[in-house]
Amino acid sequence: MPDLTSNCAGIKSPNPFWLASAPPANSGAQIMRAFDAGWGGAVWKTLGQPIQNVSSRFGGLHYRGTKAIGFNNIELITDRPLETNFKEIYEVKKRYPDNAVIVSLMVETKEEWKDIIKRSIDAGADGLELNFGCPHGMCERGMGSAVGQEPTVNERITSWAVEYSTVPVLVKLTPNVGDIIPHGLAAQAGGGHGVSLINTIKSIIGVDLDNMVLQPQVDTLSTNGGYCGAAVKPIALHMVAQLARHAEFNLPISGIGGVSNWRDAVEFIALGSTSVQVCTEVMLRGYRVVEDMIEGLENFMEEKGYAKLDDLVGAAIPSYSEWGNLDMNYETVAKIDSESCIGCHLCVVACHDGAHQCIHANDDKSVFVPVVDESECVGCNLCQIVCPVPDCISMVEVDNGWDRATWNEHVAGTGKLRPKKGAH
Amino acid sequence: MATQLPEDRAESVFEDYKPAYNALQATAEANRCLYCLDAPCITACPTAINIPEFIRKISTGNVKGSAKTIFESNILGMSCARVCPVEVLCVGDCVYNEMDRPPIEIGKLQRYATDIAFEKGWKFFEAGAPTGKRVALIGAGPASLSAAHRLRRFGHAVTIYEKRDVIGGLNTTGVAPYKMKADRSIEEVEWLLSIGGIEIHTGKEVGVAPTVAELEERFDAVFFGIGLGPDKHLGLPGEDLDGVLGAVDFIEQMKLQALDLQGASRAVVVGGGNTAIDAVREAVGVGFKHVTMAYRGDEKKMSGYQHEWKAGKLEGVLGAWRTQPIEYVGKDGHVIGVRCVKLDADKKPIEGTEHVLPADLVLVAIGQSKLLDALNNLEGVEMDGKKVTVDKHGATGRPGVYAGGDLANGAKEVVNAVAEGRDAAEAIHRYLMGTEEAADA
Repeated sequence: MPDLTSNCAGIKSPNPFWLASAPPANSGAQIMRAFDAGWGGAVWKTLGQPIQNVSSRFGGLHYRGTKAIGFNNIELITDRPLETNFKEIYEVKKRYPDNAVIVSLMVETKEEWKDIIKRSIDAGADGLELNFGCPHGMCERGMGSAVGQEPTVNERITSWAVEYSTVPVLVKLTPNVGDIIPHGLAAQAGGGHGVSLINTIKSIIGVDLDNMVLQPQVDTLSTNGGYCGAAVKPIALHMVAQLARHAEFNLPISGIGGVSNWRDAVEFIALGSTSVQVCTEVMLRGYRVVEDMIEGLENFMEEKGYAKLDDLVGAAIPSYSEWGNLDMNYETVAKIDSESCIGCHLCVVACHDGAHQCIHANDDKSVFVPVVDESECVGCNLCQIVCPVPDCISMVEVDNGWDRATWNEHVAGTGKLRPKKGAH
Repeated sequence: MATQLPEDRAESVFEDYKPAYNALQATAEANRCLYCLDAPCITACPTAINIPEFIRKISTGNVKGSAKTIFESNILGMSCARVCPVEVLCVGDCVYNEMDRPPIEIGKLQRYATDIAFEKGWKFFEAGAPTGKRVALIGAGPASLSAAHRLRRFGHAVTIYEKRDVIGGLNTTGVAPYKMKADRSIEEVEWLLSIGGIEIHTGKEVGVAPTVAELEERFDAVFFGIGLGPDKHLGLPGEDLDGVLGAVDFIEQMKLQALDLQGASRAVVVGGGNTAIDAVREAVGVGFKHVTMAYRGDEKKMSGYQHEWKAGKLEGVLGAWRTQPIEYVGKDGHVIGVRCVKLDADKKPIEGTEHVLPADLVLVAIGQSKLLDALNNLEGVEMDGKKVTVDKHGATGRPGVYAGGDLANGAKEVVNAVAEGRDAAEAIHRYLMGTEEAADA
């Protein structure tokens, strides 16, 4: 069996699946149930000066009958007394010594950081996570993403934490920035042992059309919240991969953002994460989802021959390049399998209205399989994306006789590009 | 105008065989639709409703737009949603069948949208500006109603003559009650008539009064949508016994009035078409314990829909195949059985196979004769065996005379009648406005 043991910045857990700092990791009783279900670690819901929350707090983005493909919240950090939290952290660590308990923190002054770090470590924290990401409520008080958006402040507070901590310090980054690199580098410059990303994305989940109030609604008002859930995964994957491949960045990464199943987890790990954090999927379906996450990852690694998690970490990073390095002479065209085609013509309408007008209904009306004009097909994939039948449309490489040539080579005068297709 | 039907109609005991969707079910089903382009379901629909579009509108909560899309092509979309044999039309051609996945329940979705439109009282169409042209329509069934509505949208004055006292034609008097009951059909007609300007004369049999000649004189065009007329009979001894009825007559009685069936337990239905299948299922529904369908061919050869027959079998109906009635047996003036003979593969009677199927009720469902008296002797109107000959727009060979529905198609579905009525109205409009050539080009 593959070894799923995870070591993220020195924080060890029996598997890479951690609860993210969020409602599912709000209390000791919850986290113990999560560990019983199989979770490898948990990042305790952010500790700080206890706050008071509003009602309501959450909103869902529903699409064509699927509920909450995206999710947002206007909830703040813990609203429970610090003493209670520390007591429970101690209990959890005593009963679950092999599971990782990371304590998320968010306070303002240097003294407060010193105090809360000491108390967290005394309670038994295996690691700390600095919440520099929360994009609502706390940032208006100068914390959360207000810190994460300022590399100098990020670096300064990280350095305080590292100074006071005897356990690894992860810096949780906000995606509400134009470029994630300076923020990752700031955490590194401050001495952080790792980064976790992404926190939630500033968002408005929707508007109630009957009363014209944003959701989630608090009496007659609402506010922007933090967006998460399956829909944010592509944004998170990009930011994780950007840091993972950056030459000057060399901290371990705990990947977060829309991890809903083991496949998502493999993607995060393949793009450089050594652990993954999950919140929304647990909020929607419970701790039990981890059983399939662990099994799926295990089966995948076994089938593909990855003996241990580290072998998988960053496996897809070498494929992440600049646009200018892509081979402009590589050519694919769509092929439709007439056996499995059902004649829905979704490829026809998509190609005509959204791509390059190269897939046509058959002239012979008795044949419902569309025809691809390969001389016009630019190999964009749109037809394959809309086709409801698995493996019916494949994008097949064409041997066009042209040598590899990238845009950069073309600009440098060392590469010769094939004639453009579909550009009339 | 409104026809008040008695509450204790025999059909009232039937439940819907396809229950209505609630909003959640409809949305979930609508979300499954792939929204095909040039969808096969549209091609399979005689009225060519833009099915993917109306389903998409249900999925987004635009039920009003959905209903409008349906009614734009099929003004009787509410009843068609219930009575169409969708299994052999739109649903049967859903691309999901090609994937071995359950096809979209198009009929139930159409019912969902159109029922809400009725419930909310939405109106989508207005009569056109008056053209001064007048059109007479004979028969108040689906073909004429569909034609009348379209003609009103063009602004022509419309008068319908109906020989019965009830409106709606077979939609009111002939639809199996587990699909739709008579009052719902009448409600639909009244909704359709709300476009205004459709004059209806019930109890007026054209040919008797007024005559066709009178109509042609008073109107600029005439449309015949008179259906098939009374049940055919076999011409056997005992046909005049009590309890021997045409199936269509029986169904009409069941739908419009109470029936006294005390003591009746055995019914035999003669025939193998869809009317025969409706009749056996209806006989079971109104309380006959033993119902047999006697058909001269094999089970596989019957012209009725297999999915309907299968439902009948599940309800306990028996089939007597290669069975030919030769006499109705009576006692005290009432039928007690049907003497039958078995047929061989060439439909020749097999000697020594005579037997009596006991019956308190015999329903003859071997087709309906044509109501052609009114059309007979009209110069230019031609017959093609069983039906009036029309071109693809419903025009007969006589200028200004059109026909549609069962009379012209030989007996198809309600949805065919709706399509033919609508298309004939388009053709009549072109004829009246003198733009016929442009449309044919």
